[in-house]
Amino acid sequence: MSANPAAQTSRAPSAAFILKKSLISALVALVLFSLMIGVRTEAGPDGQLTYWTRFGDLAAIVAAVFGGSILIELFRQWWGPVDTARIVPAPVQGALSLAGRLIAPVLLAFTFLVPVLFYDERYILDLGILVLTYVMLGWGLNVVVGLAGLLDLGYVAFYAVGAYSYALLATNFGLSFWICLPLAGILAAFWGVLLGFPVLRLRGDYLAIVTLAFGEIIRLVLINWQSLTGGPNGVTGIPRPTLFGIPLTPGDDGLAAMLGIEFSPTHRIVFLFYLILALALLTNWVTIRLRRLPIGRAWEALREDEVACRALGINTTTTKLTAFATGAMFGGFAGAFFATRQGFISPESFTFHESALVLAIVVLGGMGSQLGVALAALAMIGGFELFRGLDQYRMLVFGMAMVLLMIWRPRGLIGHRAPTVFLERKEAISSDLVKEGHG
Amino acid sequence: MDYFAQQLINGLVLGSIYGLIAIGYTMVYGIVGMINFAHGDIFMIGGFIALITFLILISFGLTAIPLILLVMLLVSMAITALYGWTVERIAYRPLRHSFRLAPMLSAIGMSFVLTNYSQVAQGARVKPVPPIITGGHTLHEGADGFVVQLSNIQIIVVVTTVVLLAIFTWLVSSTRLGRDMRACEQDQTMASLLGVDVDRTISMTFVIGAALAAVAGMMYLLYYGLVDFFMGFVAGIKAFTAAVLGGIGSLPGAMLGGLLIGLIETLWSAYFSVEYKDVAAFSILIVVLIFLPTGLLGRPEVEKV
Repeated sequence: MSANPAAQTSRAPSAAFILKKSLISALVALVLFSLMIGVRTEAGPDGQLTYWTRFGDLAAIVAAVFGGSILIELFRQWWGPVDTARIVPAPVQGALSLAGRLIAPVLLAFTFLVPVLFYDERYILDLGILVLTYVMLGWGLNVVVGLAGLLDLGYVAFYAVGAYSYALLATNFGLSFWICLPLAGILAAFWGVLLGFPVLRLRGDYLAIVTLAFGEIIRLVLINWQSLTGGPNGVTGIPRPTLFGIPLTPGDDGLAAMLGIEFSPTHRIVFLFYLILALALLTNWVTIRLRRLPIGRAWEALREDEVACRALGINTTTTKLTAFATGAMFGGFAGAFFATRQGFISPESFTFHESALVLAIVVLGGMGSQLGVALAALAMIGGFELFRGLDQYRMLVFGMAMVLLMIWRPRGLIGHRAPTVFLERKEAISSDLVKEGHG
Repeated sequence: MDYFAQQLINGLVLGSIYGLIAIGYTMVYGIVGMINFAHGDIFMIGGFIALITFLILISFGLTAIPLILLVMLLVSMAITALYGWTVERIAYRPLRHSFRLAPMLSAIGMSFVLTNYSQVAQGARVKPVPPIITGGHTLHEGADGFVVQLSNIQIIVVVTTVVLLAIFTWLVSSTRLGRDMRACEQDQTMASLLGVDVDRTISMTFVIGAALAAVAGMMYLLYYGLVDFFMGFVAGIKAFTAAVLGGIGSLPGAMLGGLLIGLIETLWSAYFSVEYKDVAAFSILIVVLIFLPTGLLGRPEVEKV
């Protein structure tokens, strides 16, 4: 780069260019924020709206935009054109691929050891359970979005169906968690089929909006059907899970008493941790196995080219439907787990924001990569926890991160979406077959 | 009958607001082929800017209502249009040739940014304004004492919508910009080969869509007398439903769809239940897509390999 004299000389006049660009950015920012930041409105005690000015904040933000755009431009100059191939030295590449192969087993072993290592730290265990719940949701949605390529913006609906199934069955009929868990999955899958059957003929973007609308319908029904769901107050007193019938309580029939050890409330947390880990690993295992079955291959083929699939005689509707139902079933399992962990659920836990979060995890994870989804869930939920102090700005930062990550890596952190099967042998094709109009 | 007539008027007014938002969705979808998820929030920003402008004008001692309304409209359209331009520039342009899901997710992220930005900047509480335009006309007084009212604000909403729609139709059908837009809609590569600045045309599409959303935001403020930071989400989905119902990509379709959605929502609230009015609107979306995937006035899409 530095050997190129043209590149050197072209840098000299760029100072004026950078200044001009940054000034324009600052001017745009000034107009954008002039009223929204510069003026603050609030309803006074008598209900009358009043306003006051905040020109200091406005000036600070405009200055930040000005400085920021200078820095970004300087960074762009230093980084060079985007298309330049960056050659990684061979030893680094070798180390990276070794790390890539080792990271999954190491991560799994570490996850198994978390309750042992952090037995006394309730906060870390709770955070671990939360991350694993999202890993499971991510893997479940990965079947729909990552493998079959169907954009589902209403995944939280199936999560809600699972959670309410367990909550209502357990509180009304006294059924135990282990009976309700498969029922919750089946019911969620049933709803998946019910929604999927009519709408899966639609194109991708329409499907996204229909699933979004479906998610909102489920939430609105949960809020308004007060006699069944308790409305906005939700369902309380959901029974805690038992170890196949043995409750984790301090009583005489509890697990601690049976094993002859002293009771501790941490036992339940550790039990929940391993429960969600088992559920998540089940999701992962089923997905990996399904990818090797004809149905899994059909999903991947569908993602790559729907028209070609139809030409090959794959029934696209039933193929999509199985993906949709499978993903919904795992969402239902996760929902049942969520209900038993919280002991209380309300429609507020099932907003569109949750769907977007899970979808962001799947897309950042690289759409189809199981390891990527797990890492993305860890990064997202961990990142959320880091910003817990800035409660007001958390969603703002989340939205910005989503936009910036899409611009930076549209294919996700681990951009892996190679089909499981492909032709090893390169076929020579005559040039008269590949000219335009013939494929 | 009188009750029905009153609901019809209310529904048409609400439908005009939805129609104005739906035009933004349908134009962007027609040209770029993406659902501009942040459009509902642009509508909300437009409402906020109109509100703040109104407060400032009042505190300066201005009392001439028509002048206040005109300044509100112009300021709100101008600043909100800049929001639309900025959103396109930051979140969508770098992803124009990326894979299908990327701009969609970027748009969802942008929607979160805008919602929470206005929550942080203006607070989470609902902002009520006193009625700016009062008065109305009694159209018909029934024997049972039920009065069919047409308020001045309803007239203003409908008249503004019709005028803007006329200007807009003229813009698309007989100006250079409109021709460029239609050219980009058909084939972007060919349009750029023939000297159409595609980037600029797409930017202008977002600017016009945002300006119309700002008008809708201001009408919402005048009609309901309040704005809050979360109103963009539901209004956005309903407007999108309207765009799909009318046939996405078709401008008269968007307006027709908006009116229908407004009517369905109002009549449902009047005769069935207010709680389930959003459920009704969203169910319409699902039913329409199942039986009429191209909408009422849309063209069927040819599948290309």
